[in-house]
Amino acid sequence: MARMKFLCDSDRCIECNACVTACKNENEVPWGINRRRVVTINDGKPGEKSISMACMHCTDAPCAAVCPVDCFYKTDDGVVLHSKDLCIGCGYCFYACPFGAPQYPQAGNFGSRGKMDKCTFCAGGPETDFSAEEFEKYGSNRLAEGKLPLCAEMCSTKALLAGDGDIIAAIYQERVTKRGYGSGAWGWATAYKTGVQAGQGPAEKKG
Amino acid sequence: MKISVLFRILAVAAMLAFAGSLTASAQTTPPAANEKELLEYLKQCPPGQTCNGRVSIPDQKSATLVQNGRMWQERMEGPVKRWGGWFLIAVVVLLALFYFVRGRVRIDSGESGQRIQRFTGFERFVHWLTATSFILLGLTGLNIRFGRSVLLPLVGEDSFASLSQLGKTVHNFTSFAFIAGLVLMLLIWIGHNLPAKGDGAWLGAGGGILKKGVHPPAGKFNAGQKLIFWAVILLGGAIAVTGLMMMFPFYFAPLAGMQLATFLHSVMAIILIGVILAHIYIGTIGMQGAFDAMGTGQVDLNWAKEHHSRWVAEMQGRKAGAAE
Repeated sequence: MARMKFLCDSDRCIECNACVTACKNENEVPWGINRRRVVTINDGKPGEKSISMACMHCTDAPCAAVCPVDCFYKTDDGVVLHSKDLCIGCGYCFYACPFGAPQYPQAGNFGSRGKMDKCTFCAGGPETDFSAEEFEKYGSNRLAEGKLPLCAEMCSTKALLAGDGDIIAAIYQERVTKRGYGSGAWGWATAYKTGVQAGQGPAEKKG
Repeated sequence: MKISVLFRILAVAAMLAFAGSLTASAQTTPPAANEKELLEYLKQCPPGQTCNGRVSIPDQKSATLVQNGRMWQERMEGPVKRWGGWFLIAVVVLLALFYFVRGRVRIDSGESGQRIQRFTGFERFVHWLTATSFILLGLTGLNIRFGRSVLLPLVGEDSFASLSQLGKTVHNFTSFAFIAGLVLMLLIWIGHNLPAKGDGAWLGAGGGILKKGVHPPAGKFNAGQKLIFWAVILLGGAIAVTGLMMMFPFYFAPLAGMQLATFLHSVMAIILIGVILAHIYIGTIGMQGAFDAMGTGQVDLNWAKEHHSRWVAEMQGRKAGAAE
């Protein structure tokens, strides 16, 4: 079975924010919630890098482990989803997430959090596929249509890859081989605990 | 006395702010443009630190590249639940064992039939305000920490989620009543709970709880009660401060501070629940005549002479003085 993953190739990302816009539009993400965001390091300096970030759908998701009401679940594809009906807005998943993916609308007084919202890999939620409730709560369900997340589809430079982990790892390896160096897939060691490390491009291995 | 409370609150806040300030340098830029060093920098983002980049989105929280929550998660789900859970079970088991071995502490000379006023209406109000809010906070709080393991399998996801949703709201709002109770309790009783002569001897004799007929003298509050008072004020105060930090997320501290606050809040609350379970035991089934003190405010004179002899002497001396 395919194991869905994201990979953002920071060598190709040009910070165009198409992924951000696509996600917000496709899922009608409410004001103030940023499911996907592009983070830039060394802005304006040599070696400037941009990375598109959202939920990485971790293998051993810490958000799921720490939730007091156990509202998370993992699909067969490895996509980490949650139920907004069960969520109590306690905020623990944000403290546990290495990427800061869970977001909360301000629901009431002081710091009261509403239901947690995050990237769903365009796979909707526990509601019936394609129902109005599912769209209202979680956004569109592209995976059930056999499509991939819109952020990756819209990426202007194909920096952001989404889909079967094996396939996108192969695509990235091709790029690494062609370039002659590899930065390591950002976030993969944290999210998927795979063996992809820095400097494992074939050029380094030879040396 | 208000100063000592303020100082304590400031000390805890300062400690947490210091922990937070350690991460104030979280707005670091990576050391070099080199690919490998960049990845190393990101991989080594320390626990509780938020390592950022630059974003065009106004909300700076979007600038997070990586933050370390794994240690916090493992600690909360692991040792806190394990040690905390076993500690609470141990308290209940030990109290039950004590009851079956020692039995109820009776009034040795029997009830006198005469009553003496122990607590005024206001004192009782303050106690019950604090006590009731503590019970509500404790139950809803235990649900947040342990509910998923203990209650969820019994009632199912939907009911448990609704219960927890309600529980969270109750927990947040009841906290204000608890804080009000703590402040009032500190004001009206701090004078009676300062260390005094006889406290050492009382503690040395174990309060006489193990043997019949042993009654070391005590004032309005014996040394054991003074310990409870200070446990409630200090632990309860720290729990209140960390709780307020959690209700205003990221107002007072960044991620490291929030993680520390949640952790301390959990640990101290579990300890205080254990202490209060023992307090409830001794005030209800553990000792004959004890509940009256907070129930009606008036206690049996023999009970008072046996357990608070110095206080009885003061009260009766005052009455005799007033009569003259």
